[in-house]
Amino acid sequence: MARTNSKGLGRRKVLKGAVGVAGALAGTTLGAPTIWAQATRNITLRQIGTGVSAINEIAEKCKADLGITLQMTALDSDAVVQRVVTQPNSFDIGDIEYWMCKKVFPANTLQAMNVKKIKYFDKIVPIFTSGKLKPDSVIAQGTAPNTVSFVEGAGSTKFAKGQTEWFTMIPTIYNADTLGIRPDLVGRKIENWKDILDPRFKGKTSILNIPSIGIMDAAMICESAGIVKYGDKGNMTRAEIDKTIDFLIKTKKEGQFRAFWKTFDESVNLMASGEVVIQSMWSPAVTAVRAKGIPCVYQPLKEGYRAWGGGLSLAKHLQGAQLDAAYEYINWYLSGWVGAFLNRQGYYSAVLETAKANMTEDEWGYWMEGKPAKGEIKNPQGVVMEKPGAVRDGGSFYDRMGAVSCWNAVMDEDRYMVQKWNQFIAA
Amino acid sequence: MNRINVWVTYLQVAPLALVFLLFLVVPIVTIVVVSFFDYNTTQIIPAFLIQNYDELLSSPVTWQTYLQTLQFAAITWAITLVVGFVVAYFLAFHVRSATWQTVLFLVCTIPFWTSNIIRMISWIPFLGRNGLLNTTLIGMGIIDRPLEFLLFSPFSVVLAYVHLYTLFMVVPIFNSMMRIDRSLLEAARDAGATGWQTLWNVVVPLCKPGIAIGSIFVVTIVMGDFVTVRLMSGGQSASVGLMMMNAMSLLQYPAAAANAVILLLLVLLTVAAMMRLVDIRKEL
Repeated sequence: MARTNSKGLGRRKVLKGAVGVAGALAGTTLGAPTIWAQATRNITLRQIGTGVSAINEIAEKCKADLGITLQMTALDSDAVVQRVVTQPNSFDIGDIEYWMCKKVFPANTLQAMNVKKIKYFDKIVPIFTSGKLKPDSVIAQGTAPNTVSFVEGAGSTKFAKGQTEWFTMIPTIYNADTLGIRPDLVGRKIENWKDILDPRFKGKTSILNIPSIGIMDAAMICESAGIVKYGDKGNMTRAEIDKTIDFLIKTKKEGQFRAFWKTFDESVNLMASGEVVIQSMWSPAVTAVRAKGIPCVYQPLKEGYRAWGGGLSLAKHLQGAQLDAAYEYINWYLSGWVGAFLNRQGYYSAVLETAKANMTEDEWGYWMEGKPAKGEIKNPQGVVMEKPGAVRDGGSFYDRMGAVSCWNAVMDEDRYMVQKWNQFIAA
Repeated sequence: MNRINVWVTYLQVAPLALVFLLFLVVPIVTIVVVSFFDYNTTQIIPAFLIQNYDELLSSPVTWQTYLQTLQFAAITWAITLVVGFVVAYFLAFHVRSATWQTVLFLVCTIPFWTSNIIRMISWIPFLGRNGLLNTTLIGMGIIDRPLEFLLFSPFSVVLAYVHLYTLFMVVPIFNSMMRIDRSLLEAARDAGATGWQTLWNVVVPLCKPGIAIGSIFVVTIVMGDFVTVRLMSGGQSASVGLMMMNAMSLLQYPAAAANAVILLLLVLLTVAAMMRLVDIRKEL
């Protein structure tokens, strides 16, 4: 400890580091030696983020490989935004969703990172850099990640139109969302977003009550039913918002919805208990319902998916050895072990190549290529999730991410939209 | 009183006064000040605007939500009052032995050993479409299809409130009842009063302070609540607390502060009205 002190690290950091030293002594030196390895041994990085990506296994592996102690704090999306804007010194790494980035980055509490220091930058899935999954893809509506991925220069908070050297966030996990259904209870084929309006499901449907995301699901439904034609679902005009909300209120009054959920658990319970048979859902929630032995399908729909993604960003105050450690953590994050871990959860990771190297051929085939599983498919904790022969809902990575029709978004008329959304809930 | 005595008194009051100043007055003043600030997506800008209040009070959503919140408060108050009074009456006058009184009183408090949320959530599997109650009723042949209004409705919200907050009525009313001199009841009977007359003319007036304190508890808690409404209505109903939560989650602190000030005023007015009916200090 005395040695670390002489290198100029503050007393506070040393104390923090000391907490993990005992564990670190056991087996850290086996990790990949990098030029920073010596200096970062006792550094602690405080990471805040949503529950989906604040995973203890990642912190443990990071400690073992790099010697960096990660303190994960899991918050809900709203709390992350509040922390980043109002308490910027309370964290070092912010795990932020792309649509929030548009709100948060201009607050000037985060710093962009230099792409030259990111080893696998060129291998990151192009959705996050050019916006196009394949060279001929059309960029989806909403806050597409590439529109908030670059700023104009070091220290700038202005998003750049094209690619620059300054990257705002390293993508961690992303996915394409659709409706979840109970195949045993719906009793018909579900093909479109508008099927949630079928009178047969009266009082047995739900959408989520997080305004910025709920409005997007509502837009997919309205567009599918031909009620509103949007210029850009991710950036509606006041007139489009009015029409969407009026339609929602009418549907609510007619008793089509059973509930509006706000947390992961709520959505799982609604589905598992049979309160609803079709609702907006998140992929791991579908898995959670299935894990209870209840059939549940993450139904691909003709109009495509509503996508979301999160990324790691650096707090403004990071500098010196801590900043180096943060870069080292990011490079490690993209080097494969974490990617494989996330892919096995049903999410997608940023660098496919390195993740593939950390998965078996069968795992890769099932999760990423839409092939039937040859053996049992296990989740990251080793629990069997699928039996041989199972195929993933929605097919391969390219089938799913290639069919994204919009991204979760922050609209210019954000404030107005929230007012109208409150009206919908109060109606 | 001489000069030194005055100083001693001040010194004795000082710790509590400081605590109140620091943890009650300062936060409230801050909220009032912030409620006049301006804001945009990422910043709170010091200013003096009445726009926050204007936007709040001119929106029909606000009025609807306040009305709904008041409705919940009124219904919950009425039910908890009746239930609370009956329970307290039973404990105070029907249970003769002091030991049993204590035991039964403790039984009332046992549910409070678990968290609010757990007690609330436990209703969901009970009341659900395929829940215990519906399955039982169908099994007994009383109904042929599940009752949908049981869950995610105003009914379930009020039910949860009554379940959670009746004890706040029971305790102060029980306390008042225990102070009633039993010879007054005997005197009433000797004077020829019926049971109802005794209850209405002797017991109820003497319980007023307890009723007032219980009412203040229940009404203020229900008006500020946001968790129960959200969970038990399945997000179908709004409340003032939820409105504030929504505003805060979008970093619209000044708007939330303005709403908080209005709610505070409303609650203070309600409490003041109750205090006018019953002078708690005189009766204690």
